[in-house]
Amino acid sequence: MGQIRGRLSAKASAKERSIKVSIMLNGEPRSVPSGCSVARLLKSLDLAPGTVVVERNRRILARDALGAVGVEEGDKIEIVHFVGGG
Amino acid sequence: MAGRSFASRLIVGTGKYRSNAEMTRAVRASGAEMVTVAVRRVDLTRSREEDILNHLDADEHFLLPNTAGCHTVEDAVRYARLGRAAGMSDWVKLEVIGDRPTLLPDVAATLEAARQLVREGFTVLAYTNDDLVTALRLEDAGCAAVMPLASPIGSGLGVVNPYYIREIKRRLAVPVVVDAGVGTASDACVVMEQGVDGVLMNTAIAAARDPARMGAAMKDAVRAGRRAFLAGRMPAREIAVPSSPGEGMLDGDARRDTSRRARDSTRPTTE
Repeated sequence: MGQIRGRLSAKASAKERSIKVSIMLNGEPRSVPSGCSVARLLKSLDLAPGTVVVERNRRILARDALGAVGVEEGDKIEIVHFVGGG
Repeated sequence: MAGRSFASRLIVGTGKYRSNAEMTRAVRASGAEMVTVAVRRVDLTRSREEDILNHLDADEHFLLPNTAGCHTVEDAVRYARLGRAAGMSDWVKLEVIGDRPTLLPDVAATLEAARQLVREGFTVLAYTNDDLVTALRLEDAGCAAVMPLASPIGSGLGVVNPYYIREIKRRLAVPVVVDAGVGTASDACVVMEQGVDGVLMNTAIAAARDPARMGAAMKDAVRAGRRAFLAGRMPAREIAVPSSPGEGMLDGDARRDTSRRARDSTRPTTE
């Protein structure tokens, strides 16, 4: 737990793969490979970008920008969706 | 409402159901087109099960994200923005809670958040107290609808102050939707009999023993209440008035009947 595994770093260089950054993801500490984009983070979590909204450091990320935004050390990432409510 | 028409005056919430399948059945039975949803963190271990969009047909329903659980202007605005980013519209059910035990709204914060969200282009449906002055201010702030409570959220107490609800409806030009407090079908009917434009409920259906059946009952109750309002009820009076003619009774004096009929016809009608 706490580690983003697998496909995530497939395209990253060996050097990037070895460097991890610490983030808070939905209130839990995680470490992800340096240089990882938000889009890749979602993919590693098996989440389709069209079904969630991502807030990075309190700023909502546009869905078409998820591939261009990188995850950086100390980022607070919130991934939300619609649940039942009144 | 805000230039959009809906197939039903009933709006239902999607929370507190024992299962998603039960929610889907109840919502369908209620006939509601607009349904409310909440914005929450994805549970990274079971996201598919939670995601309401996997259980509701977005073509069949208009999703209204809420700001439930927010206690500050800042939080409410944040959740509204997330809801807009996640959804298909700029509509939001604004709710800013001021007191935990009663879940009564913080009307000052609601008003401030409403102003800000309207500035940001949101179509704001504001949950509020059954207070006329606040309702008027929310209308002035540009809310597309004002939603006074019947009684506290989840209480099932029904309409505690029908007079205030009627007064809000009489004075506002924007749609008035009573939100929260309905417990059973008769409550929904009473709400609609006050002349309001719609009613929003969640727990009354979700917490019923048979939610789908209660959803259907609410559909009927909302229609009945609306029809009764349009029909115009008889005046209530604390005295009996017979429904059958007083004259023509057997063994009576037919001449007295005739003179009474003549006298009655000269009386002014009060109804």
